[in-house]
Amino acid sequence: MNHWEFYLLLVPMFVIIFVFKYVPMYGVQIAFKDFKASLGIMGSPWSDPLMKHFMKFFNSYNFSRLVINTFLLSFETLIFSFPLPIILALMLNQVPNKKFQRTVQTVVYAPHFISVMVLAGMLHIFLSPYGGLVNLVINMFGGESIYFLGDAKWFRPVYIISGIWQDTGWGTIIYLATLSGVNVELYEAATVDGANKLQRIWHIDVPALLPTIIILFIMNFGNLMSVGFEKAYLLQTDLNKGASDIIATYVYEQGVLKTQYSFSTAVGLFNTVINIVLLVTVNQISKRVGDVSLW
Amino acid sequence: MEAKKLAAKAKVKPISASDKAFDIANYVLLAFVLFITAYPLYYVLIASVSDPFKVYAGQTMIRPVGFSWGGYERIFQDPMITRGYLNSIVYTTLGSFVSVVLTCVSGYALSKKTLPGRRWIMLFLLFTMYFNGGLIPTYLTVRDVGMFNTIWALIIPNAISVYNLIIARTFFESNIAESLTEAASIDGSSNIGTMVRIVMPLSTPIIAVMVVFYAVGLWNNWFDALIYTTKSDMAPLQLVLRSILIKSQASSDMMMGMDANYAEKQKVTEMIKFASIVVASVPMLIIYPFVQKYFSKGIMIGAVKG
Repeated sequence: MNHWEFYLLLVPMFVIIFVFKYVPMYGVQIAFKDFKASLGIMGSPWSDPLMKHFMKFFNSYNFSRLVINTFLLSFETLIFSFPLPIILALMLNQVPNKKFQRTVQTVVYAPHFISVMVLAGMLHIFLSPYGGLVNLVINMFGGESIYFLGDAKWFRPVYIISGIWQDTGWGTIIYLATLSGVNVELYEAATVDGANKLQRIWHIDVPALLPTIIILFIMNFGNLMSVGFEKAYLLQTDLNKGASDIIATYVYEQGVLKTQYSFSTAVGLFNTVINIVLLVTVNQISKRVGDVSLW
Repeated sequence: MEAKKLAAKAKVKPISASDKAFDIANYVLLAFVLFITAYPLYYVLIASVSDPFKVYAGQTMIRPVGFSWGGYERIFQDPMITRGYLNSIVYTTLGSFVSVVLTCVSGYALSKKTLPGRRWIMLFLLFTMYFNGGLIPTYLTVRDVGMFNTIWALIIPNAISVYNLIIARTFFESNIAESLTEAASIDGSSNIGTMVRIVMPLSTPIIAVMVVFYAVGLWNNWFDALIYTTKSDMAPLQLVLRSILIKSQASSDMMMGMDANYAEKQKVTEMIKFASIVVASVPMLIIYPFVQKYFSKGIMIGAVKG
């Protein structure tokens, strides 16, 4: 069979991925150099010592703060958010009325299509101590207004709860698709044996979902240190930086705003390496324990 | 399917008390989820057509008060917002077109199990999901290829999402029979001709899903514009929203405490906040229900298993 046409079709994709994904990987060497724009990536001299920028980061007072903030933000997000789509999917799957099921699905998918910018904007408005919806409700019940985004201790709850609102519905898709593949005869047999709905969920649906759950958990755990930059950055105020300063916002600050190219790249590379180590470790463990692997 | 059969069964057999209790609890909980999800959106909608002072006094929790289109009128008079809207439409249309064509075409080529080197090409792609050069090296690359301050910086670097590519490939693998394309090539059609005339017309579901995924990503993107463009007349809507929604809110929260007349002065800004959220979100909220039925058919499963 003649394959050249298929290779031809792949050329544009190959060029784009190569230029915009692999060339920057080559550019990562500036983490070990003192990058000067006039000399370019190749021409800039190697740092002395080679790990200068990494040492600067490890020794800065920001280091432990950033690592802890990044870890806590994503760890708490994982713990609180991960189970919810599974539960919602199991519930939706049990709805006998298809029309109601479709309606709920359409509505809970909606927040996923709202931009991070709009979500952050809504949070700024809703959480405002002056006439924000959330504080209006708190006042209605006799409570005092809270300046949520002006207080570091509220940053993570706001980030996590808004994330649950935005992504839980979308997260059900993969589980619902898996559930729709469950053999009907299993339900029928269980019903004949006198199993009620809760028992059918526990003994049929949950085991059917388990491989998907494990794979998604590995992927999420492997991404533990790669918190998205956008939302944290947009919810950041001068007053909540104690919790909202994470590695990703620091990379942006140092790199784009302060043009410390080499230093910012070193911090980013440190983060990427941690991610890969985490992912490989978690995958290795699950391979040994549960015989499930990404690769 | 199975739910239908179960429902049919349920009609024959009396439903047990515990199952009935389960159903009721399930409906109540789902109704609660429905409310929690929809109410913030509904609140924004009614606030956008209400008097801002009534909104901040908490009088618009159920229905609009002091009805007016003022916020929307101001939005369409604001040159920054209209410009941003136009920019976003151009970036989204052009970007989706480029991305969908590239993704479907490469996805189809990679669905050919007999293609020599297919495994290596997949590895080449998958590797980029786990390792990347990071912010600054990517920024330098985009600058070095001369895309800085051009529309291409917002379209080409992220034109191909590996995740979407795998979804497309999985679709072609499981929905386009080898025998079909082989028959076409025996009839003298070239591979590319077969793809254009036979495969793609059979693949409208995946094309529709790809259009929605890419369009949403492009429409909602602001970060690329923030770092790759410096001209204010290139700003997409989402970036214009940043100054309306985020910067002004953070400063007004602080100013309110100090200046008693601040609220009065801010009235115009407040009026357009809610309306701008609606205007920015409605296009994407309208399109996804059209492809929703394909989401649950397992289209996305392939991407998870790589």
